[in-house]
Order: sequence, then structure tokens, then C-alpha cells
Amino acid sequence: MVFLTNNHPVFAQFQKEEKRIRVSQPSTRGPSAFIPEKEVVQANTVDERTNLLVEEYSTSGRLDNITQVMSLHAQYLESFLRSQFYMLRMDGPLPLPYRHYIAIMAAARHQCSYLINMHVDEFLKTGGIAEWLNGLEYVPQRLKNLNEINKLLAHRPWLITKDHIQKLVKTGENNWSLPELVHAVVLLAHYHALASFVFGSGINPERDPDTSNGFRLISVNNFCVCDLANDNNIENASLSSNFGIVDSLSELEALMERMKRLQEEREDEEASQEEMTTRFEKEQKESLFVVSRAFDDDIVSTSDVSRYIEDPGFGYKDFARRGEDHLPTFRAQDYTWENHGFSLVNRLYSDIGHLLDEKFRMVYNLTYNTMATHEDVDTTMLRRALFNYVHCMFGIRYDDYDYGEVNQLLERSLKVYIKTVTCYPERTTKRMYDSYWRQFKHSEKVHVNLLLMEARMQAELLYALRAITRHLT
Amino acid sequence: MEKMARVTTALGGNTLTGRTMYCHLDAPANAISVCRDAAQVVVAGRNIFKIYAIEEEQFVEKLNLRVGRKPSLNFSCADVVWHQMDENLLATAATNGVVVTWNLGKPSRNKQDQLFTEHKRTVNKVCFHPTEAYMLLSGSQDGYMKCFDLRKKDSVSTFSGQSESVRDVQFSIRDYFTFAATFENGNVQLWDIRRPDRYERMFTAHNGPVFCCDWHPEDRGWLATGGRDKMVKVWDMNTNRAKEIYCVQSIASVARVKWRPECKHHLATCSMMVDHNIYVWDVRRPYIPSAMFEEHRDVTTGIVWRHLHDPYFLLSGSKDSTLYQHIFKDASQPIERANPEGLCYGLFGDLAFAAKESLVTADSNRKPYPGDRRHPIFFKRKLDPTEQFESVSSSALSVFETEPDSSSMGWFVDTARRYALAGRSLAELCDHNAKVAKELSRNQVAQTWTMLRIIYCSPGTMPSANLNHSIGKGSASLPLMNSFNLKDMASGMGSEARLDWSKGENRSENILLDSSATLITNDENEETEGSDVPADYLLGDVEGDEDELYLMDHENAHTEEPEYVLPQEAFPLRHEIVDNPSGPDHLQDKADSPHVSGNEAETVSLTPVESFSLISISHTLYESRLPPDFFSALVRDMLRFYAEQGDVQMAVSVLIVLGERIRKEIDEQTQEHWYTSYIDLLQRFRLWNISNQVIKLSTCRAITCLNQASTTLHVNCSNCKRPMSNKGWICDRCRQCASTCAVCHHVVKGLFVWCQGCSHGGHLQHILKWLESSTQCPAGCGHLCEYT
Repeated sequence: MVFLTNNHPVFAQFQKEEKRIRVSQPSTRGPSAFIPEKEVVQANTVDERTNLLVEEYSTSGRLDNITQVMSLHAQYLESFLRSQFYMLRMDGPLPLPYRHYIAIMAAARHQCSYLINMHVDEFLKTGGIAEWLNGLEYVPQRLKNLNEINKLLAHRPWLITKDHIQKLVKTGENNWSLPELVHAVVLLAHYHALASFVFGSGINPERDPDTSNGFRLISVNNFCVCDLANDNNIENASLSSNFGIVDSLSELEALMERMKRLQEEREDEEASQEEMTTRFEKEQKESLFVVSRAFDDDIVSTSDVSRYIEDPGFGYKDFARRGEDHLPTFRAQDYTWENHGFSLVNRLYSDIGHLLDEKFRMVYNLTYNTMATHEDVDTTMLRRALFNYVHCMFGIRYDDYDYGEVNQLLERSLKVYIKTVTCYPERTTKRMYDSYWRQFKHSEKVHVNLLLMEARMQAELLYALRAITRHLT
Repeated sequence: MEKMARVTTALGGNTLTGRTMYCHLDAPANAISVCRDAAQVVVAGRNIFKIYAIEEEQFVEKLNLRVGRKPSLNFSCADVVWHQMDENLLATAATNGVVVTWNLGKPSRNKQDQLFTEHKRTVNKVCFHPTEAYMLLSGSQDGYMKCFDLRKKDSVSTFSGQSESVRDVQFSIRDYFTFAATFENGNVQLWDIRRPDRYERMFTAHNGPVFCCDWHPEDRGWLATGGRDKMVKVWDMNTNRAKEIYCVQSIASVARVKWRPECKHHLATCSMMVDHNIYVWDVRRPYIPSAMFEEHRDVTTGIVWRHLHDPYFLLSGSKDSTLYQHIFKDASQPIERANPEGLCYGLFGDLAFAAKESLVTADSNRKPYPGDRRHPIFFKRKLDPTEQFESVSSSALSVFETEPDSSSMGWFVDTARRYALAGRSLAELCDHNAKVAKELSRNQVAQTWTMLRIIYCSPGTMPSANLNHSIGKGSASLPLMNSFNLKDMASGMGSEARLDWSKGENRSENILLDSSATLITNDENEETEGSDVPADYLLGDVEGDEDELYLMDHENAHTEEPEYVLPQEAFPLRHEIVDNPSGPDHLQDKADSPHVSGNEAETVSLTPVESFSLISISHTLYESRLPPDFFSALVRDMLRFYAEQGDVQMAVSVLIVLGERIRKEIDEQTQEHWYTSYIDLLQRFRLWNISNQVIKLSTCRAITCLNQASTTLHVNCSNCKRPMSNKGWICDRCRQCASTCAVCHHVVKGLFVWCQGCSHGGHLQHILKWLESSTQCPAGCGHLCEYT
């Protein structure tokens, strides 16, 4: 009768209830600074499944803010949690503390204190050596060697060559085996992308006084996105209340109109080859000016975060501005995830391929056939535009895509947001989040964030795996 | 007509000739295709589109189809195909979704003929109809397949797979109207070209994308598919449901598959990633490729047989920017290097061993072995005379049988059941086990137990009950040991019926002889090398003049070795003791020590003991003073001895009984090995409880954790019959307690028994009672529950 007492339904129910309350109660602002609390929590109470998923796949055993926000898309959440759990907890070539430390390193590239704090806890819990948390100088050389690839992967993945791989795997005292490296790369890409999601959705820090420990030095307020965001609150409120609604309504109509037109027109509009190439280039060039504000001078990096990284000044540089190097664009058809990436990753780190495959597929195909207030809309075009635009910024080009569509479908404010979230996630503000697609539901904006996150992860993986493939041949 | 063509090539001195050769391309190739006359090949890739003439000694570039200054994406080809009816007609699939046809008959430099821009995404595959001149089919990433009539500007019909991207389309070679399409989600669909509204048939062929498919050129129902899951499968489509008839496991995802002309069971594959080789498989032999071409330095992207009816020339293009012609006689044949062997042990000790015939005969010639118990059967696989490259696959199967008597492992089962391994004092355990062994007339084992007791239960710690059995003779443990060395060993072994074993047993020999004889006659019909093995030779082998034994070796030795092995083990001990000065202050113990040997030794002949008694008494004095550690080495050797003899039961039992006393003497790995062997044996005999007890008592971490694996029990909810995903007993679907008793309708606390068939159950007592009177489920669901 042991199980009856332990798992008595009433009891379990109570536990869940308690868990939920504990998470949401102390924080009056909810899991996200961008999304009103009620949007998320409402969705949560409905969804029993999320709780089950958390029970099964959460490493920390609690419903964290990321999960709460993602639970707006429960289908996706499952594949996300499953793959994350697999990378962190299941059979893999790397020891558990290493995995969390790599996650910390990855998150540190974007100064994502939320993820860092989370994994500092997990790192210690899985038996990591506390000293490592003092910074990169304290970790084994082997982990330190990962720094270079972490840096490139996070900001300019197109620079990764087989030489980087060779340097890591060449035999020696601190060498990485290929399976280990692939595991590390998957973790890095996952946490870079997740940092994008955290900033893009304005995830609030966990309120969890009991886990504070000596190593939790990173002050939560320092980087709290919501503070940044709160400043904009008043301004935004007045903005949207006055003319925003009317304006955005027509915006939405216009977007729908454009989608329809594109769909119909496709056949008769015959763009020449040059035209297509120019469009791709144009899209890239344009993305240069998308973030007009010069951030370069105020690189925020306190020692708290930067101790996990080297060369903190290294950031995204526009692919189009690659200058004299003349790196060729990455032709998507020559190295696709489905054909090449999957096989390699699955070969070296078994089963992760299937999980990632499912996740990419899921996010790409996820649709509710709605757009804001409209129903029964085929959003394939929009999703593809978002996905390809992210890849475009990383220099990945699809032969079979007309980049003119991006221009028509993605308005400027959305492009600003996408560029910020994928390239400099730490600079995302609530104003950016609010300023695009004002008629759309928050869950739809979270959907956008999911797409951006996965597109970014796939882009990073493609570059890294291509380099590994070249190393192998 | 095609047949004709072949005859002319074969007879008119025009047979395909050539050598393995290659040429550099300027850019990586994505696909290649040959002209019908087998004299030209077209190579297409992102930055290349050229036609090469295949000459005797080299490839000669004939035509560059990429004309014009500005590179157009229309030239960036994912696939290319040459019409098999019209030598001037080519089609390419571009990565930007355009399907282009090319007419080589055009006078201008630009041979581009038609442009179809109907697909929205990359076109993965184009395919001409095998007999119809104007019909072209394309399959694209956007999930659509389109059929074009080259006389018209637009597609004639569009087929929607209603699922993900199309990876390959292939017209059936024999069915005029049928084509197959493979999809990224693992499905294969069959379509009728006249019915674009829905597919005729669909089945899931692979886990993950199906990259390619190919219809068998002769067998109309066969379709080979290759997928990302590294498998090549051959489907028989003649039946109502597509039936998988062969499955080849490759080492990397399969990018292309092509049936080999004129060889019914052969197909060539190349892979998408990592592996650069081209393999030719015999689908009936799925584990090892029958031929292998290893020339390419990067992944092979296109393979094609040079001529429709010539199985010896294979062309391939690769990402390493080379175009190769492979000649079959230059292929490496992994089969040649492999030594296929199979070994299987039956439950009752029968052993089957199969090996390549040449291997076995060569071996047996070299090493004749007396006392043979082998019944070899030679057989040959029926060879297809057309397949000259089939490596000769004749093999010898030998079956070693054990004698019916000895095959009954009754003693093992009995011993396992009756041995006591824990729960009592060491002395009692040893006594008990010795008795068990004795009753099963395994004297040696019984003696060992007795000795162990003597060694480890020093008289001081002996339970007083045992003292009562003391005989009071002046015998001591050590002489006793000697005594059984000299005498009991032989009888002990004999009584275990192992000697008889070696005599061999001719059960069913006749049958085997017959079968081999018939096989031989079959063989004689074959005109293959090796089939002319004379029948009398085979028979001679059956009689077993020569033998090479693998496992049998030590079984055989078993009968002879004990006589000298054991003494070796015991004598040094005695010497050691003799060398040591006796301790006079232990005279006191002298009275006690004799008891030790007494109780189990009544039957053991005491005569030798008495004969040795004079010597032994003096040693006894010493013996009792020795720390038990003194014997550790000896006991360790003893355990090793048993284990090597194959009596792992004894080794493990002693290990468990002695526990800490001996454990550190034997390294973990050996222990683990013994445990696993013993547990495996126990489980083969279905002694689940005992094996579980052994697992529980073992101290090896690797073993004890066996019990902690797969401890989950999956239960169905008794109300809604669906699996309970929740922990606990509340079904999360119907929100009812699933553990109610079907008889009394109360919630069961404690033991809950339920039927795996209908998910109903209840209190053990209630269910038992119910099933006494009824065969049906108490819940009234009509299921015939069974309680066993």
C-alpha cells in the first residue's frame, strides 16, 4: 500500500496545486514581463498535461517560467522538454556537471542571468566542483577550449571551419572525442537559442529564495529585462490606447491581403535569376540597418557573467558585412538538416537526432490556422518567412525561396524584433515586443519566439555539423 | 528490342569494355544519368552540367550545357535524367523548384527546351516514363508530384501526397500506369497516373525519410527503398499489403538504390553522409555487401549502371568532384575476407556450429581429433548460375549432441533448488550443502563443502550441536583431504556420469547421414566450384575421423584432468603445513578438531584417514591455529577450478556462503562473470526464484542492480481499459479508482491480483475463490480469466 499513500490522487492533486501556487504567488508579475500574467496562468490551469510533462522531464522538478510561457503551446512543449531532458540527463558522452557548465557558458554569451542561475544550481546539484563557478580560469583546459567555438557559434557561426573542429579533437591531453563534441555543440546551440527565447519573451527571474546559495552571485536585478521593459510601459500604454488599435487593425488586414496576393500571384510573377539573388542580398543588407541604434559602445558585461566567457566584446557581425573574407553563402540545399545534419548528429550522439528532428518539425508545422482575430488562415507562408529570415541573417540561403516575400510579409518593427532576438537577444525590450503585430495574441507572439529560437538553433547546428562533416572527409 | 540490343552488344564484338577510370569534374556532382547507348553520361550538380563520352580508356567531355554568362539557379541541378527512348532528351530538377527539359538536337548552343516553374520548392527528383516518349514526372519538397506532357506547356496532372516532401518518384517498369513516390515522413505511395485525386496504396516503409526507391527491372512486384534509417528494404507489391521480403542494414543513411541488371537479387547503394563507398548487396545476404567500391573521397551522390543489361559496369558521381567508372572485377569483395561462422548452444547442451566449408575441412585435415562426437552435415545453397559473382557459399554445419542421460541436467536443477545459501550459520550451510551434494552422489562437491566448513568454522565457534557428532577418531581435516584426493575423486567423477559422456552418442546419426546424402545429390547438379566434394569424403567425415573441437575440448578434458589437477592443488598445502613447526600450546584444541571432519565423513572411506592419522594428528594441532586467511589462496584456486570445470554453480554457491571471507580474494570481474553465468543458467532452467535469490545475495554491484532494472509495472485501468499513465491507482481519464476488487467492489489494499487480458482484478482470495467456480471474469466482461 505504499503507493497508495504516496501517490494518492488527492494528495497528488494537492501537491500540484501547491506547486503552482508557489511559483506564481510570490511573483506578482507572472512568468513573463512582456505577457500579462493572466494570459499565461489561465492557460496553465487548463492544462493538466503540462504538469505531467514537468513531472517527467523537468530537471529541477518544478514548473519554471520558461515552461509556463511555453505551455501556451503544449504540443511543442513536450518535444522541447523531451529533447532538453535528453541532453541534460539521459545517456550521453558528457558527464552531468559538464553539461550544465556548458549551458552556463552558452548562456553567458548573451548575459542571460536567468539561465545561468538556473544551471549554476543544477551544476552544483549534479556534483559539479564549486570552484569552477569562479570563472573560466578555474575549469579544466578541456572545457576552456570550448570557449572559441562557443563564441563563434553564438555570434558568427559562419566562421566555424573544420580547423576549429580539428583543434578540438586532435589527440592530446585535452582533446574532445567527436561524440563529446557533438553533445557539447548541441548543448551550446540549444542554450544560445534558449537565451533568445528568454529575452524575446521577457522571462522573469525565478522567485525562489530557498535556492539562493553562495554562488548565486549574479544579481537578478542587474539584467532584469522587466526593468528595462517597465520603463517603456507608460509610453506604450498611451501609444496603443490612442491610435494603436485602429492602426494595427488595418495593419493586420494589410498583412492578410498581402499573403493572399502572394499566394495567388506566385505563378505569373516570374523573377529572373539575378533578381532572386539580389533579393536575398537586399534582405541581408537591409537587416544591417534594422537595428539602427548603435549599441556597440555600451556592451553590458559585468564580471558576474563574463567570467564564464572570454572576449566578451565579440558579437554578431552582419553576415552581409563579412567584407573581404568573401565567405560564400551557405546553400541550404547542399547541407540540410533532414539529409545531412540529422544523420551526423544521430550517428555521434545517438537518438538526439530524432528528438531534435521532431522538435524542428513540430515548430515548423505548428499552426492553429488563426491570425489574431481571423480563423482558418493558412499561415505556412508567414512561418516560412520567419524561419528563412532568421537563416538569412546567418547567411543560409534557400534556392527555392523568394526573399521578396520576407519583405512583403514582415513589417519593419517585426524585423527589428527578429534581428534583436536572434542576434543580440540581451537588447530586447518590451517596447520592441509590443511594437509589432499589435493585434496579435500573446500566444501567437510566443509562437513567433519559438520559431525564431528553433531557426537559430538549426542554423548554428548546420554550421557546426557542416564543419564536423568536412573534418571527417 | 532491348534484348536485341543486348545480343548485338554481346555478339557483334561490341561488348562493353573498359577499365576502372575516372575524371575530374570542376564541381561536386549531385546526380548522373546515362544515355541509352551506354556511351555517354550526363553529370549534374549545383555548378556543373556536362555530358561526357565514355571511351575505352577515359572520359571525354562532349558538351557543357551550362551556357551563358550569368549562372542561373535553373542550372543548379538536384537531379538529372536521360530519356531511355530518346537520345536527345534530358530533364533536370533545379534546386529552385524548376523542371527543365533539354533537347540535344537543337542546333543552337543553348539546348534548353522547356521550363516548368510549377513547383514552389526544390524539386528532388525527375523521372521519364520508360516507354512513353513525352511523359515526365517530378517530385518536390512542396509535397506535390506533377506529370508533364512535353508537348504541352503546363503539367497535365498534379498529385498531392497529403504529407511531407516527396523525395523520389519512379515509374514502374512493367505497369504502364503505376508510379511509386517516397516521402520524407517514411511513407511510400503508389499512384495510378490516370487518377490524380488519390493514391492507390500507401504504407510506411521507413522510420524517417525515404530517400530513394527503385523498381526491380525484371520482377514486376519488387520495389527497393532506402531511407535515413540506414536500411534498404525490398517490398513485394504483388500482394494486397506491401510485404517486406528483404531488409539490408547499411551503416549510413541510404541516398540511392539501384537494382543490378541481370542479377535478380543484387542492388547497389550509396549513402548520404559519412560513408563514401558504393556497395553492391545480395539482398539475401543482408549483413555483408557482396562487392564494394572504395574510390571516392567524399560522399557518392549518384550511381547508375552503365547499360541496362550489363551488370559489370557501374558509373558514379561524387561530391569530391570526380566521375568514376567502376569495373566489377576490380571491386573489393568483403565476403572473400569474411569467415562466416555460427555457433549456438541448445538448452540441453547440444551445440551447433556452422562455418565455411573450406575453413572446416582445412582445419580438420590439419588437426585430427580422436573421440569424435560430431555429426557434420554439409550442404550447399542453391546457386543461381547467372550470378557469377556470388561467392561460393557452401558451408558445413556440425551438430554436437549430448547423450540423453547426461543431457538431463537434473543434478543441476536439484542442487540449485536444495542448496542453502544464506540464513543460517556457515557451518550449517556447509553441512546442508554437503549433504545435498552427497545425496546427488556428487562426492567431490560434498567433500569440498565439508572442507570449507572445517577451514572456516574454527572449533571455537562451532555450534555445540555439531560436537555431538564427533567421531572421536584422531583424524583431522587435512589428511581427510588427501584421502579423497586419492580415492573419492575418481568415483565422484564417475558417479556424475561424465565419463560416459565422452563415449559419444549416435542418436539420429542415420537421419543425418541420409539428409547429407540427399544434399550431396543436389550438389552434384550444381556446376559450382566445391560441389565436387566426393560423397565418401562427406560420409567419412560423418563418421568423425577428424574433428576440431571448440567447446568440447574442455568437456573432454574434464574426464581426465581431475586425477592430476586436484592433487596438485592439495599437495602444496600439505607441504606447507609440514614445513611449519607445530604449536605445542594448542594441544588443547586437539580434542575439538577431529569433530570437524566427522559428521559428513561417515561414508567417506576412513581407511586412508587412519593410515595417515599418525602424521596428521601432529598437524591438526597446528591447523586450528591457522587464521582462516591462510586458506584463502587455496579456496580461491578451488573456486577457480570449479568454474573452469564448468561447475559455476559450485563457485557461486561457495562464494555466497563464504561471503566476506573469500570475496576480496577474487577480483570483481571474475565474480561478476561467474554470477552472470550462473544466473543465466538458472534462468534457462526457469529457476526464477533461485536466480533472484542469487542476485539478491550477490555482493557485486553489477549483479544486484539487475534486480533494480525494469521495475515498472504497467497497468490498465479496469474501467476504461486504457493504460494508466498516472502513478497511483487513480485513472486520469475516467477519474476512478482502478484497484477495486471485481468481486467485493471494495478498494483493494495489499495484494492486488489482476488479469492481464481484461485488466480486472481484486483481492487475491476473492479472485481465487471466484475462479474455482467460474472461468469467466468476475467483472462480467466475458473474458476467460486464468489464474496460474
